Amino acid sequence: MLREIRPAIVLLLVLTAITGLAYPLAMTAIAGTLFPAQAQGSLIERDGKVVGSALIGQEFKEDKYFHGRPSATLAPDPNDSTKTVSAPYNAANSGGSNLGPTSKALADRLKEDVDKLKAENPNAAVPVDLVTTSASGLDPDISPEAAQFQVPRVAKARNMPEQAVNQLVAANVQGRLFGVLGEPRVNVLALNLALDRASAK
Amino acid sequence: MTMIGWLQIILFCVIIVALAKPLGGYMTRVFNGERTFMSPVLRPIEAAIYWVSGVDERREQHWLTYTVAMLLFHVGGFLIIYGVMRLQAMLPFNPADQSAVAPDLSFNTAISFITNTNWQNYGGESTVSYLVQMLGLTHQNFLSAATGIALAVALIRGFSRASVRTVGNFWGDVTRTTLYVLLPICVVYTLFLVWQGIPQTLGAYVDATTLEGAKQTIAVGPVASQVAIKMLGTNGGGFFNANAAHPFENPTALSNFVQMLSIFLIGAAMTNVFGRMVGNQRQGWAILAVMGVLFIAGVAVTYWAEANGTSIMHALGLTGGNMEGKEVRFGIVASSLFAVITTAASCGAVNAMHDSFTALGGMIPLINMQLGEIIIGGVGAGLYGMLLFVVLAIFVAGLMVGRTPEYVGKKIEAREVKMAMLAILVLPLMYLGWTAVGVVYPAAVASMANAGPHGFTEVLYAFTSATGNNGSAFAGLTGNTFFYNLTLASAMFVGRFFMIVPAMAIAGSLAAKKSIPPSAGTFPTTGGLFVGLVVGVILIIGGLTFFPALALGPIVEHLAMNAGNVF
Repeated sequence: MLREIRPAIVLLLVLTAITGLAYPLAMTAIAGTLFPAQAQGSLIERDGKVVGSALIGQEFKEDKYFHGRPSATLAPDPNDSTKTVSAPYNAANSGGSNLGPTSKALADRLKEDVDKLKAENPNAAVPVDLVTTSASGLDPDISPEAAQFQVPRVAKARNMPEQAVNQLVAANVQGRLFGVLGEPRVNVLALNLALDRASAK
Repeated sequence: MTMIGWLQIILFCVIIVALAKPLGGYMTRVFNGERTFMSPVLRPIEAAIYWVSGVDERREQHWLTYTVAMLLFHVGGFLIIYGVMRLQAMLPFNPADQSAVAPDLSFNTAISFITNTNWQNYGGESTVSYLVQMLGLTHQNFLSAATGIALAVALIRGFSRASVRTVGNFWGDVTRTTLYVLLPICVVYTLFLVWQGIPQTLGAYVDATTLEGAKQTIAVGPVASQVAIKMLGTNGGGFFNANAAHPFENPTALSNFVQMLSIFLIGAAMTNVFGRMVGNQRQGWAILAVMGVLFIAGVAVTYWAEANGTSIMHALGLTGGNMEGKEVRFGIVASSLFAVITTAASCGAVNAMHDSFTALGGMIPLINMQLGEIIIGGVGAGLYGMLLFVVLAIFVAGLMVGRTPEYVGKKIEAREVKMAMLAILVLPLMYLGWTAVGVVYPAAVASMANAGPHGFTEVLYAFTSATGNNGSAFAGLTGNTFFYNLTLASAMFVGRFFMIVPAMAIAGSLAAKKSIPPSAGTFPTTGGLFVGLVVGVILIIGGLTFFPALALGPIVEHLAMNAGNVF
């Protein structure tokens, strides 16, 4: 069995160099050449400044923007590094709420958010994705229903006709791939950028 | 549940079955050392690797030598990961200035990756450098996967050979699997993933100014190259904390669908490899059928439960299913399907938070792991786990008719049955035993995130996942504590190696036996009766072992939920 020791060391080092260095570094070089935008993180620039990534959700609180889903991401507490504080859409520390189906904390949070949304728009049913946190806390999308639900608020805040906002929403709906895969959705950042462009005209 | 949802599920199953045969054919040639269409490029590299490391790949090893070689290989892998994590602050490729990882967390992660578990007590983007991601984690994603496949091939050789003392050469099997199977697929796969939007860069995290003027730091990195192998090798350890739910690990419906396929791809093809190597592909299809029956049943329950939502949501008038902890682009069906796939295989990647699943929807992933991840299973590990159950099923069938049981030409005798039982019994000992400790030991109890039966399920899920080398979690549980780092590591270690050693002992003892031709009294192992028998044995053994624990966790939680209780 002694003769197994040399391969155990040398073969391990060789295969480690191939799979742990050569492979990821070569892929970085090739991918960076073929798909430079995606390889860097699909960043979106406006007026020369990075405003986010097309794939990563960001927090919207103002009435004039469409809001994304609630986010359960955390950040270290600036006052006590052993603790964490709520930091929605922290793209350097992804994660979900992990609250279970019989959690009182979840029940309370859902009720509060549903009540708030019902007050904002009493005429439509509250879409479930607008009150539930996503798995990553960085979900860039909402359902088309969740976008339509917010149209009255956004239109009012921007002094735009609801019909114009509705058209923007419709133009930003992405359907299922090949009509089968995934779910219909609206990218919130893309929609809000389109909204800003429309308002600027 | 919708028609379009079921269409996605059916499409997935059809593609997996269609790919099993061609990939199985290619892999069989690789394991037999025959020429393939990749040989002109890869054979010189392979030969150079053997020359440098002093390996003669044609020198056959006894099952014990094969196993010792595998264990030595893991010792080295452990040291590399542990070392790189402890020293990351001093090493290059660390643009986020991550400091040294704590000893207990490094230990847990090193065990986690060499056992193909990839349990994430580390936070990904918040804890480790790019060098750790590449040199520590990506490399072991390849090698632990290649090891699992090599071991399964050795066990298959036990069935397919006769009257010999050897089961193959571990070094040759691992090198060939890495070079001819894993790497070529990963190169193409990585480029596909980058095209879909996964970053692949060594640049630092990006600071963006959001439309509302806030600062958002966006973690990036060499993500795609790791995601490719983490899926294909059923490893599952994420680049990011949120794993495949993170938009940078799984940006689109298409990336999600292909990732699901890649989890099952090699495991499904291994059943075909088995059939080819024992000389009858129908033997392989029969095993795939057993897996398929259990898989579809699990998907149906989880999809139904998640689409149904929870009582809390119903009371508030929310419809559209349980979207807590799920991403909009995947929705209910792709999240449910992914959860069942990742636990049926021993992948453990998640595209939704299992902790927030409904009680019954989350119970299916738990059951999948408790059955030993034999429904497709980990690359290689799933097949040898399933073959242990086949040995038991054949034994039971033999008892019923009073004949010495045979399987693919080999007599199954006391030694094989004892070894199979040892492997199957040691696993519940680990997760039931540690769960019992975890729910009474005060320092462990503090880790639970949810109260009531759900907290118990979090602990049970953690130890089940660790023992099964899965790596998915009810992630509310705070795993990065001294207690959990060490106990989970022990569960992962035992779950991996106490399964491997008995399986290899069976390989050795079978290889030494004569091959007997089928006679009129041989129980046919390619038909529906055999499939039904194996499914039955799996469910009876699983049910007897786990039902009490499941009753305390998800089942009582489901009843409590319907009664309107919250905790």
